[in-house]
Amino acid sequence: MANTKEVRKQIASIKSTQKITSAMEMVAASKMKKTQDTMLEGRPYSLKIKDVISHVALANSEYPHPFYEERKTKKSCFIVVASDKGLCGGLNINLFKQVIAKSAELNQREIDSCFALIGTKASSFFKSVGGEVVAVAEKLGDKPNPDDLIGLTKVVLDMHKNNDIDQVYLCSNIFVNTMTQQPNVEQLIPLAPEEQNEEAPSQWDYIYEPEAKELLDGLLTRYIESLVYQAVIENNACEQAAKMIAMKNATDNAGDLIKELELLYNNVRQAAITQELSEIVGGASAV
Amino acid sequence: MKTIKINIVSSSEEIYSGEATMVFATGTLGELGIAPGHTPLLTGLAAGPVRVQNGSDEETFFCSGGFLEVQPDLVTVLSDTAERAESLDESEAIKAKEVAEQELANKDTSIDYAKASAQLAEAVARLKTIQKLRKKQ
Repeated sequence: MANTKEVRKQIASIKSTQKITSAMEMVAASKMKKTQDTMLEGRPYSLKIKDVISHVALANSEYPHPFYEERKTKKSCFIVVASDKGLCGGLNINLFKQVIAKSAELNQREIDSCFALIGTKASSFFKSVGGEVVAVAEKLGDKPNPDDLIGLTKVVLDMHKNNDIDQVYLCSNIFVNTMTQQPNVEQLIPLAPEEQNEEAPSQWDYIYEPEAKELLDGLLTRYIESLVYQAVIENNACEQAAKMIAMKNATDNAGDLIKELELLYNNVRQAAITQELSEIVGGASAV
Repeated sequence: MKTIKINIVSSSEEIYSGEATMVFATGTLGELGIAPGHTPLLTGLAAGPVRVQNGSDEETFFCSGGFLEVQPDLVTVLSDTAERAESLDESEAIKAKEVAEQELANKDTSIDYAKASAQLAEAVARLKTIQKLRKKQ
């Protein structure tokens, strides 16, 4: 039979854990608001640059950009966006599962994979399972700076330029709502050509200042960068939402445990009293 | 008076959106003045002011580089958040590679698919168990 002191100690320790998880829940809730705002602030740029890119795709350009070119694929690169911190339920695990599945599928078609990783959780995962890692960006914080991702994107795009890789995938969580985050693997390069509007065959082209090649290189690089940045801030919002839910569950679980332990504590206490009484009664009758 | 739509955005926020009778910007090849009905143009932007005139009103924004797209009825300014130089990009790229190399130190480069899926399956199973436990209560 457990003694009362032990049970009391256990209750106290669970209570202090509960305090921590409920504090973390509140922190995550307030951060979630902020990260969601950041996500929304980033949207106009990605929408506008998408518009411009679709105009460019429609224009009858003299320079076909390599990002649109379908090459025979020998190697793909996955840009994996994960969180820096854990305690956010299955968020990262579900994403890695999709990445590994996709990579295994490509592997069967004899396409190699390499990885560019964002977030400490991604790098520690790939450290344990292996895989060729070409670039890593970690500890971006709650409000990542677009400039922090330039390096990583450049490594990947340079590899594409040098024909080391032929496809690029962006893997991140999509924020559906607070309860739901959807892991997603999306092809970045080659860029899917926009659906052509058949009524208006494009006869026009831009005036390029300076050269078309230089401009389109810069613009498409920015486009890829902006997609990666958008994925990172969206993943941040996902992380905070998932963390909030995970911590809420943990707090509730702790509450349930405490209830059970309190019941046990009362049982044990009552049993001890009863036993003591019967001992006294037994003792008295013996005298 | 004819106007042209103008949007100025940077990757972290929307800076300006509205109508203008005339837009002035500093392109990489020199000053630009854009009136409604301008022919399609794509150009780089140098660091400098972007002035938006609407009638007698004028607003000025600073832009540290980026791109400018003109359609006959629309001007889009994609502003960079910071000044970009090839050499700076290069050093950032080297940094990202270095971190990767450190992480990779003495490790083989092929993925152990069996190990990866085993690890993931374990993690998923753990999560499922927690969920089941919760449902029981």
